[in-house]
Amino acid sequence: MKKRQMYMRMITASLMRRRSRMLVALLSIAIGATVLSGLITIYYDVPRQMGAQFRNYGANMILTDADGSFTLSDMQQGTAVIPADALVGAAPYRYENVRIHEQPIVAAGTDMAGARATSPFWRVEGEWCSADGQILVGANVAESFRLKAGEMLTVSYTPETAQTQEDETVLDNTIDLEITGVLDTGGPEEDYVYMSLADLETLTGESGTIDVAELSVSANADELSSYVDRINASVPAVKAHLVKRVTASETTVLSKLQALVLLVTIVVLALTMICVATTMTAVVTERRKEIGLRKAIGASDRSIIGEFLGESMMLGGIGGVLGVVLGYVFAQQVSINVFSSSIRFQWLLVPITILVSILVTGLSSLLPIRSATEVDPALVLKGE
Amino acid sequence: MSLLELKNVYKIYGELHALDNVSLKVEKGEWVSIMGPSGSGKSTMMNIIGCMDKPSKGEVLLDGVDISKENARSLTAVRRDKIGLIFQQFHLVNYLTAVENVMLAQYYHSMPDEKEALEALDRVGLADRAHHLPSQLSGGEQQRVCVARALINYPEIILADEPTGNLDEANEEIVVDLFHKLHNEGTTLIVVTHDPEVAEVAQRTLVLRNGKLHKEIVNQNFTGKIHFDDMQEFRKEETK
Repeated sequence: MKKRQMYMRMITASLMRRRSRMLVALLSIAIGATVLSGLITIYYDVPRQMGAQFRNYGANMILTDADGSFTLSDMQQGTAVIPADALVGAAPYRYENVRIHEQPIVAAGTDMAGARATSPFWRVEGEWCSADGQILVGANVAESFRLKAGEMLTVSYTPETAQTQEDETVLDNTIDLEITGVLDTGGPEEDYVYMSLADLETLTGESGTIDVAELSVSANADELSSYVDRINASVPAVKAHLVKRVTASETTVLSKLQALVLLVTIVVLALTMICVATTMTAVVTERRKEIGLRKAIGASDRSIIGEFLGESMMLGGIGGVLGVVLGYVFAQQVSINVFSSSIRFQWLLVPITILVSILVTGLSSLLPIRSATEVDPALVLKGE
Repeated sequence: MSLLELKNVYKIYGELHALDNVSLKVEKGEWVSIMGPSGSGKSTMMNIIGCMDKPSKGEVLLDGVDISKENARSLTAVRRDKIGLIFQQFHLVNYLTAVENVMLAQYYHSMPDEKEALEALDRVGLADRAHHLPSQLSGGEQQRVCVARALINYPEIILADEPTGNLDEANEEIVVDLFHKLHNEGTTLIVVTHDPEVAEVAQRTLVLRNGKLHKEIVNQNFTGKIHFDDMQEFRKEETK
């Protein structure tokens, strides 16, 4: 039998045949590794989780006209630059002055699905428009004209060519739309009415152009800036801008949150080290007699340190593996309860957690093992 | 040249002379008992001969080399290569089986060899208990494992400290028989004991009292387990 085989046989025998003792140490290591792995998982997943949360606050990128004519096709070229999984939604907007009950009102033509995706904070009393021939009215508009969901609304538009003529009413275009809901945003949108782009084009008799496109992109500040640069460089018809108010506050909140999680992780790591060191000190101390015996029958200090360290590191490795699994479960529970969404498994964390666990256990054991090797075998063997 | 020689050895703790000018010689293949009441210096002498302690003064020559001046690392090497230890409390590693405990001594000495370790257990009559843990063995069996571990590396000296102190009469007899067997095979035995029955079967008994070599009793009729007059005389003295 080779020495290495005997070494492994001794270590595994110690771990397997002293199960109750080792279980206490393993529990301490596994709990430490679990909290560590869980917190690091959360630390890395916070930007993604918070990014998704931040998308509830509306668009963070705007596309405008750069060459005098902004079309839907220009918008699509711009959005094509952004990876599909990062693009939460894109909504084109065309604004026109229309008349409702002879009062001037701003009407927006848009893609309702896109608007809903980019502005999830909009609250609609009733239903969102699901087809052409329908209209959403802002809360202030609804209040002014006592409008309710389910009613029909006639919207008038005076084409620019008719505005110079004396008799406007003759030349007005009108369209009858069904009110599906009343829009409550707490912002200027409450003064507008929203219809499909196709209905607005029918009403105005002009098609093909839009004024602005709002984009909601799930990305950090650097990624957003890079998308903006790439759109501006590759799509000359479009000028992309960041909504600084949104992106800057996102960055600030994110960095503060990540700093907080990092701080907690460091504190937990320190506490784990203390806990593991205390446990390993107890484990080694109760084996002073065994160390004395090994010295008496000819073991060198180096050999004893090697054996005990190997045992600790194997324990650290097992604790690390447990920590990876339990840490993921822990992070998943935190994520579901705090962010209401599941977490991504970080494969890189597997070797990191196991290595950190082995290192922490090894380092924590080194000191008590070194002091145990100073034991005088004669005293220990006499039972003193 | 004697295998072991102590020359004017002292071990002093403050005012206490645990060993006080002790000189003795042990020849190769000899079986020597060291006897004496508690506090006579037996254990101190055992520790010094077993390289687990150093004398305050004097020389300890093992195979002609003075080990009293060696450092801790060298003493560990001497213990590993030249001495087989047997303890009163057996001192087996409780999570290793009997054969693994024997192989432990091989592991530190040279190379573990399970076959040879099993043969050593066979020699002490424990071949069928080789894969039992110490907790599954009786006191006598544990001490026999301890004997197998002590002899596995063919040491120059087997040093036994109260080897029958924790054994019943039947097991005491088994262990003493093992010593006879080892002695017949040429092993040098030094047995520290306060039990006259164990001491008297040796070729020579050194009696310590108050740290000094009080008496040396030579077993003229040494053939095995013969009781001799001097030892009986010593017993009478002890019981007074």
